[in-house]
Amino acid sequence: MNTQARGTARLGFLTAVSFGYAFLYVPIVLLVLYSFNDSRLVTVWGGFSTRWYSSLFENQVLLTAAWRSLQVAVTSASLATLVGLAAGLALVRLSGFRRGLLMACFGSLLVMPDVLIGLSMLLLFVNLEQWVGWPAGRGLTTVSLAHLTFASAYVAVVVRARLMQVDTSIEEAARDLGARPGQAFWLVTVPLVRPALISGWLLAFTLSLDDLVVASFVSGPGSSTLPMVIYSSVRLGVTPEVNALATLLIAAVALGVISAALINRFLSRPDSQR
Amino acid sequence: MTSARFVSSSAWLPLGWMAVFLLLPVAILLRVSFSEPRFEQPPYTELLVIGETGRWLWEGTLQAWRWLFEDPTYRDALRGSLAMASLTTLTCLLLALPMAWAIARAPLAWRTPLLLAVILPFWTSFLIRVYAWISLLKPEGLINAALLGSGIIDAPMLILHSNVAVLIGMTYAYLPFMVLPLYATFARIEDDLLQAAADLGATPWQTFMRISLPLAWPGVLAGCLLVFIPAMGDFVVPDLLGGPDNYMLGTALWNEFFRNADWPTASALALTMLLVLLLPLALLQRLQRREDPA
Repeated sequence: MNTQARGTARLGFLTAVSFGYAFLYVPIVLLVLYSFNDSRLVTVWGGFSTRWYSSLFENQVLLTAAWRSLQVAVTSASLATLVGLAAGLALVRLSGFRRGLLMACFGSLLVMPDVLIGLSMLLLFVNLEQWVGWPAGRGLTTVSLAHLTFASAYVAVVVRARLMQVDTSIEEAARDLGARPGQAFWLVTVPLVRPALISGWLLAFTLSLDDLVVASFVSGPGSSTLPMVIYSSVRLGVTPEVNALATLLIAAVALGVISAALINRFLSRPDSQR
Repeated sequence: MTSARFVSSSAWLPLGWMAVFLLLPVAILLRVSFSEPRFEQPPYTELLVIGETGRWLWEGTLQAWRWLFEDPTYRDALRGSLAMASLTTLTCLLLALPMAWAIARAPLAWRTPLLLAVILPFWTSFLIRVYAWISLLKPEGLINAALLGSGIIDAPMLILHSNVAVLIGMTYAYLPFMVLPLYATFARIEDDLLQAAADLGATPWQTFMRISLPLAWPGVLAGCLLVFIPAMGDFVVPDLLGGPDNYMLGTALWNEFFRNADWPTASALALTMLLVLLLPLALLQRLQRREDPA
């Protein structure tokens, strides 16, 4: 193949790649830009302004919902990390039927459509209340339980990947030195998978903060989460206030992801030299 | 207690959790799908009631299932979901192939940032990412403004609330799920192999089609499944970007539940969705098991 054709092919390839990245980022960048637009119209640039941010902070409905979502996200992420850790451990160290069952359950949860998870969780809660009287009614508890369930699958994936790299002989050494199995696990293995626990927690946290569909099914009156409030205002049309809120969320997530990547890199370094 | 027993006993937490929060709910879905809606709490009828003679009577009904098979709306929803999910998978694949290849062949220092740049949007709110497209696609939106301004079209295109808008939104939402597995398999292909092909006179395109793509086949399949499965049941994109004719399984289920308060039909729809997804789900499991023979 001559150099010119090679050059054309290369150019086409680069165009395709840049198109892909542009496709991913242009909508987000425009959203951020227009959150600073003084005009209410999307296509008209009315000058730089932070008025949508100030009106955002006066919107009590949004603020209450945001606070609710934060509570749910922290609770469900923390418990999901625990369940995900146990699941990750079982996926790496167990064998046979129970491992297969866990693989199937957690694997399906990862990709299962939200509407399916939402409806089945709601039916579960309604029936549990009938049978054992708990959880009484629907609210932040049921939302947290549902989020904890699907988020634990993501934590399990992250923990499992990390745990597969951990040398079991370190834990065995602790056992030889007289540690009980639980002690050896908590004192030796858990610190080794800590980066995975941190990124798993962050992932669970964002997933919970982001969820609209499952929360719509399992929340009760007066427990609308932030995405639910955003959704109902988006359905009424694009509002610049939502642009401002979205920008803040994007900034928080970008900050979280970048710091998680840095933490991961920082914490992983000593292990790789071992 | 031995280490093996510690692992074994700690496994009961996730196992028990899945039994109560995943398997039991599916069983309840099945049970509710044989009920009829009613205006009481819970809003569906009992399956077994004690009759006047003091014996248990079966009160279940196939009504919800019959509706599902007889009403063409649901068939259209299933067809719409299958078509849109397949189309989304295809566009994601076409977009992701060059991206994943570029990341896998980029200098080592570039790979993590490039990969992070693909994952980052996935971490930002799904709802907000879909919402961002509304202001781009609507008749007085930016795409139309740009096209009108440059004189390419002389009347605004009606993209929002159409199939095209749903396709764009879904492709946008699920693209990272395709790029990641593709990248993972592309990255494992040795440079030597590609060099050998080039030395033997293959063009880059030939090398890609004959060597790289066949080797990356498991990644292609995994990516397709990771996009197809959630796309089948998506609600947010068809609801916000689609029009009235974009009826899909996810929207049908949502409407049965929230508008009609018909829990049995919603349950039957959910089970239909699960049944359709069972094969792709099993395929995905097998792929992942082959990845790590543990």
